[in-house]
Amino acid sequence: MTEAHTVGAAEAGRTADPTTRPRSLAGDAWRDLRRNPIFWVSLILVLVVTAMAIVPGLFTPNDPLDCTLSRQHAGPSGAAVFGYDFQGCDVYARAVYGARASLLVGVLSAALTGVIAVVVGMLAGYFGRWVDAALSRVVDIVLGIPLLLAAIVLLKRIDSDNPTVRIGAVVFVLAILGWTTAARVIRSSVISAKQQDYVAAARMLGAGNGRTMWRHILPNSLAPVIVVLTIALGSFIAAEATLSFLGIGLRAPTVSWGIDIDSGRTHMRESAVPLVVPSTFLALTVLAFIMLGDAIRDAFDPKLR
Amino acid sequence: MFRYIVRRLLQMVLAFFGTTLIVYALMFAGQGDPIQALAGERPVSAAQRAYLTEKFHLDQHGVGGFFYRYADYVTNLLRGDLGESLTGRKIGDILAQAWPVTAKLALIGLLVAIIIGVTCGVVAGIRRGGVFDNATLVLTLLVLGVPTIVLAPLAQYLLGVKLSLFPPTAGADPSLYALLLPGIVLGCLSLATALRLTRTSVAENLRSDYVRTAKAKGLPTRRVVGVHVLRNSLIPVITFLGVELGNLMGGAIITEGVFNIPGVGFNLFRAIRTEDGPLVVGLVSVLVVVYLVSNLVVDVLYAVLDPRIRYE
Repeated sequence: MTEAHTVGAAEAGRTADPTTRPRSLAGDAWRDLRRNPIFWVSLILVLVVTAMAIVPGLFTPNDPLDCTLSRQHAGPSGAAVFGYDFQGCDVYARAVYGARASLLVGVLSAALTGVIAVVVGMLAGYFGRWVDAALSRVVDIVLGIPLLLAAIVLLKRIDSDNPTVRIGAVVFVLAILGWTTAARVIRSSVISAKQQDYVAAARMLGAGNGRTMWRHILPNSLAPVIVVLTIALGSFIAAEATLSFLGIGLRAPTVSWGIDIDSGRTHMRESAVPLVVPSTFLALTVLAFIMLGDAIRDAFDPKLR
Repeated sequence: MFRYIVRRLLQMVLAFFGTTLIVYALMFAGQGDPIQALAGERPVSAAQRAYLTEKFHLDQHGVGGFFYRYADYVTNLLRGDLGESLTGRKIGDILAQAWPVTAKLALIGLLVAIIIGVTCGVVAGIRRGGVFDNATLVLTLLVLGVPTIVLAPLAQYLLGVKLSLFPPTAGADPSLYALLLPGIVLGCLSLATALRLTRTSVAENLRSDYVRTAKAKGLPTRRVVGVHVLRNSLIPVITFLGVELGNLMGGAIITEGVFNIPGVGFNLFRAIRTEDGPLVVGLVSVLVVVYLVSNLVVDVLYAVLDPRIRYE
C-alpha cells in the first residue's frame, strides 16, 4: 500500500509546482514520508519504545523485580495496570523494563553488523578482483548457515549468568551471523559509487586508497545500508526474544520479553494476561522497526516513482 | 549449466565443512576433561580412561589431534552414525521417529501457503492498488513482523484453549487434525512471502508484451491470466516454496515446542532445555546438512526452470 501511496504522492507533487527548482532525492523522499501514515505510526512507536528503554521510570513506578508469591495472578488494580504474573511480579512493569534489553541487543547488534558489513562490503567493492571473489565466497557461506541453529550452538557454550556477558554474547552471535545482507548492499553501492566523477577527481588530487574509500565513497554509499539496518534491527529484536524464549539468550534477572512470553505460556490456563502483554510489546516493537525501514526504503526507491 | 551445478556443489561442500567445523569446535573442543565431563560426578577408573582415550582418539594432542577427531566426527556423520544422547538413546533412532511427524507438519504448512498465498497473491496482483491488494499487503506485513514466539502461543491460547476449535497440544502420535493449527501457524510466514512474491510477479507479467499479444489475438482474459501469466509468474514462487520446504523439514523449533509435537524441532527444543549436548550437536549437524542440500536442489531447479537465468 505504501507503493501506491508513494507513486500517487510523487505525481501530485510534480503536477502541483512544475516551475519551482527541482527537489533533491532526499527532499522528494521526505515529502512522501510526511504524507505516509505508516511512517508516522511506526516512528512514534519507535520513539515510545526508546523512551521506555532509557527512562522506564517514566512509564511505571513499580520495580519489575519486586515479586511476591502472595499476589500470584492477582487481577488488574490501581497499583498494577495489568495485574501480576505467576511469580507475583507486576506484568506491566516487566513489559516496560523489558524494552531496555531488547533495544540494547537490537541496536548493538545492528551497529556491529554495520561495522562488519561496511568493512567487508567496502573492501570487496573497492578492490574487486580476488579480494571481491574471496570475500563474496565468505558471504555465501555465512548466508548458507541457518541463523537459529547456529545461534543455538554458539550460545550453548556460554555458561555465564552474568547479564553483561550474556547480552554481549547474544549481540556477538547475532552480528556474526547477520551481517551478510548488509555487506552485499554496501558492496553493490560501493561498486556504483567508485565509477563516479568525484572519485576520479579525488584520485587525481592524490588521495590514497584509504582516503578515497572512507572520506569519499563511504558517505555516498551509506544511505541504502541504513535502511537495511533499520529492518535488521527489528529482526534482531525478534531473534533475541526467540533465543531468550528458548532459554539460551538472556537469563533472569535480566528482564526480557522472550523470557516473560515463555513463562506466560506455561501458565496461560490460569491467566493469559502475562502472556498477552509482553507478546504485544514485542510484536509492536518489531513491527515498528520493520515498517519504518519499509517506509523509508519505499520513499527512497527511485524505481517506484 | 553444468559449470553452474559444479560451482554450486563446490560451494555447498565448502559450506558443509565450514559449518560442521564450527559446530564441532564449539561443542567439543576446548572443554576441560572430556572423559570426566562424560562421566559426570562419578570417578573414572584407569581402565575406563584408557578405553575412552583410545575410542575417541584423545591421545592425539594439539591442532593435529583436533582435526583428527574432527575428521572422525565428519566420517561418522556422513556414515549416518550420530552417536548417542545423554539418556543413552541412539540419535539416529530419535531422528527416525521424529522425522515423519515433522514432514507431515511441513506439508500442511506448505499446503496452507500454496492454497491461500498463491490464490490471494494472484487476485492481489490482478487488482493491484485495489482494496483487496492493500488489505493483504498490510496483513502480510503484520504476519512477517510478528515473531513466531508471539504467534504460536497466542494462536494456541485463542483457538485452542479459549475457543476450543483445535486441540491445544498434539502429544505423541498426533492426528492430522491436531497438526492443523500448528501447520497453519508454521505456514503463515511462508504464506505471507509467497503472497507478496506472486503478487509482484503477476503484476509485472501482466504488463509484458506476450500478454498484450495474447489479448490482441482475442483470447479470453481467463485464459491469458490462467495459462500465460500464471505459468510465468509462478517460477520464483516455486523456488521460494522449495527453499521453504527445506527449512520446514528442518523442524520448526518454536512451533513444535509450543504445540508439543514430537518432531525434530521438538527434540531439539527439549535437548536445549535438558542441556543434552550430544543430542543438540547430532540434531543440528543433520539439520544443517538438510538445509544445505535443499538450498542446492532449489538453486539448480531455479536454473532449470527459468532459461533466462544463467550463471557465468
